[in-house]
Amino acid sequence: MLSRTADHLFWMSRYIERAENLARLLDVTWQMSLVPQSEEAANQSWAAIIALNSLEEAYAAKYSAVNGENVLRFMVSDHDNYASIHSCLRLARENAHAVRGTLTTEMWETMNATWLEAREKSFEQIVNAGIGDYCEWVKLRSSLSRGTTLGTLLQDEAFHFIRLGTLLERADNTARILDVKYHVLRPHGDEGATDFYQWGALLRSLSGFEVYRKVYRDVITPERVADLLILHSDMPRSLRFCLNGVVKNIELVANSHSGETLRRAGQLYSQLRYGRIEDILKEGLHEWLTDFMDCIYLIGDGISKDFLVPMSEAA
Amino acid sequence: MNFYNEMYDANGGVREHYKGYEAWLTATPPERIERKRAEADLAFHRVGITFAVYGEEAGKERLIPFDIVPRIIPSKEWKSLERGMRQRVKALNMFLWDIYHDQEILKAGKIPAEQVLNNAQYRAVMHGVDVPGGVYAHIAGVDIVRAGEGEFYVLEDNLRVPSGVSYMLEDRKMMMRLFPELFARHKVAPVQHYPDMLLEKLRAVAPQGITDPTVVVLTPGAYNSAYFEHSFLAQQMGVELVEGRDLFVKNETVYMRTTQGPQRVDVIYRRIDDDFMDPLAFRADSALGVPGILKAYQAGNVTLSNAIGTGVADDKSIYPYVPDMIRFYLDEAPILNNVPTYMCRKKDDLAYVLDHLSELVVKEVHGAGGYGMLVGPASTKEQIEHFRHLLIAKPEGYIAQPTLALSNCPTFVEEGIAPRHLDLRPFVLSSGKCVDMVPGGLTRVALTKGSLVVNSSQGGGTKDTWVLED
Repeated sequence: MLSRTADHLFWMSRYIERAENLARLLDVTWQMSLVPQSEEAANQSWAAIIALNSLEEAYAAKYSAVNGENVLRFMVSDHDNYASIHSCLRLARENAHAVRGTLTTEMWETMNATWLEAREKSFEQIVNAGIGDYCEWVKLRSSLSRGTTLGTLLQDEAFHFIRLGTLLERADNTARILDVKYHVLRPHGDEGATDFYQWGALLRSLSGFEVYRKVYRDVITPERVADLLILHSDMPRSLRFCLNGVVKNIELVANSHSGETLRRAGQLYSQLRYGRIEDILKEGLHEWLTDFMDCIYLIGDGISKDFLVPMSEAA
Repeated sequence: MNFYNEMYDANGGVREHYKGYEAWLTATPPERIERKRAEADLAFHRVGITFAVYGEEAGKERLIPFDIVPRIIPSKEWKSLERGMRQRVKALNMFLWDIYHDQEILKAGKIPAEQVLNNAQYRAVMHGVDVPGGVYAHIAGVDIVRAGEGEFYVLEDNLRVPSGVSYMLEDRKMMMRLFPELFARHKVAPVQHYPDMLLEKLRAVAPQGITDPTVVVLTPGAYNSAYFEHSFLAQQMGVELVEGRDLFVKNETVYMRTTQGPQRVDVIYRRIDDDFMDPLAFRADSALGVPGILKAYQAGNVTLSNAIGTGVADDKSIYPYVPDMIRFYLDEAPILNNVPTYMCRKKDDLAYVLDHLSELVVKEVHGAGGYGMLVGPASTKEQIEHFRHLLIAKPEGYIAQPTLALSNCPTFVEEGIAPRHLDLRPFVLSSGKCVDMVPGGLTRVALTKGSLVVNSSQGGGTKDTWVLED
């Protein structure tokens, strides 16, 4: 497969996954903001979303106050914000367009239709129809993209690069959401009713609420939430699940100089495979997640250098 | 002017080959047709069958309007057209071989040598290069118009990178999806095997000694107006769609960069003009091409399709000589008519053209896509005077032809169904001795009332083209 083709596929799937995770996060933050709380606490959750994406500067350049409406506008439909859902869907479609011949008709039509619908939606329309509906729509379109990929694409190299992009992005996003939310919640970590809702919302944002109930059949505790989202082998958005897939897919596309990238991914996976949540929390979750995200970045960089268009050459 | 209508005869009766369709159209409720038209529009958008229009906002994509009334050609007429195109394209390929080798036709005085050798499209670098099978134009798009019963003319032979075949295929797919019942009632000759035919031809012209060639489609990129088609054809043939930056040349051999390292490329169906193919040989500022590819090509290590230098044969200044080529190389009488052409570089012709500008169609010799032309009868005084100045300033840059009474066909437009002018572009595929085409081609229709310009860049649409089998 052409390196450039693999590159477009990889980024196409990363952007659509990023859009989905962002929608999940915004949705849950929106719902949490409806629970009675101080305005300061509410705005803190919105600020966390900006911090999560390292967008403080870009945000400050356009908006003065950090509040729900501004952050939503910035992260949902701001054309200038390259990390907004709008931009992610556009970039996903642009990458798909560049390799539409490699995609199946169903995949291409899904990606194209998502973008055609997305660009018709103004922020006012989105708010009027309900932020929740919009986030559901984004999640649904991402699910459709994934579904048409699984249901129609030959499982060859193209498929492996798409999966690599999806899983690497998801690992990164889950880690980020956990990092930010855990630290917003943890200092007031009593068993209060608000916290129940907050932890529940965090789980929901990662489709983990029902999974949690099934796995633990017990009250929600921060340690178990971290355990589920980091170390669980079968939870599709957990770090371990994602890394397992990353390793498998790198193995499937391996070439003569991808050894180091595979080693790095394998090493990270084995930490998750054999690690214990107690040890991770003792080390400090924030420090641990920071190391994890650095590692994910290096793996992504390695994939680019070994197989794709090296980032320095990318137009 | 009286125009030939493809569906109705002069007395308003329905022509034999349109009877079935006409009966269906009359019997089908207008609401259903309207619904289907909307459905087609939506589907084309969703599938993304679009083209970019130069001069408009960058990256803007537009749909080519699709009309649901098919253009129907009876099999007898098609057979004669087919024979005519085979003959014509064969002669054109022989002409190209000849002018890049011994130049017999020039020595025989059939075509003035300077017309060929000083032509901007003549590529001296191709002199003496032996292309596989002696074929230069593997893909030709011959534009044909009808002016009356059995009266067909070739408007131009597109031998560089003719486009439009994807619309021919998508239009058929759309018609079958919208109106399956029509295909149950008519024996419409299939066209969907075009990509297979194309791949077979491309494989057949691989460099010598290559038994299982790697074929690729080379595109200028996603912002090219015909990008949809490039990607469509690559996908349909199951080959890689590459851009210049995906290829490189080492030891006069072309490779593509893949996830598993370099892979050799043997046949390139290129959709980039000669000028942009190799910055080392042609335009140095081209970022679309592949440095060194011409050397690899001259060494016979890669086949370019179409060959470099075909433009000299479809140039409008050479066009008037095609009937002579047919007589010279094949010793046959031309089956298809040429449109009588005034070559403005000739003094007498120029004088005649300047006197009759309001009746003639004037075209730039090197122009394409319907840009830079004057349709006399449809032009304002100012436009005519503008062209008069152009002609006097640079007569050799123009040819002129009588305004043909292009046939028309009922077409859905805003005010209902009305006749609109059309042409036909069949795609003729050649490799070695073998010249083939799928029945029909792309029918383009001028949607503006009275307009004779069918190019999509000038607001033209397309129709599905049916060749009815007996």
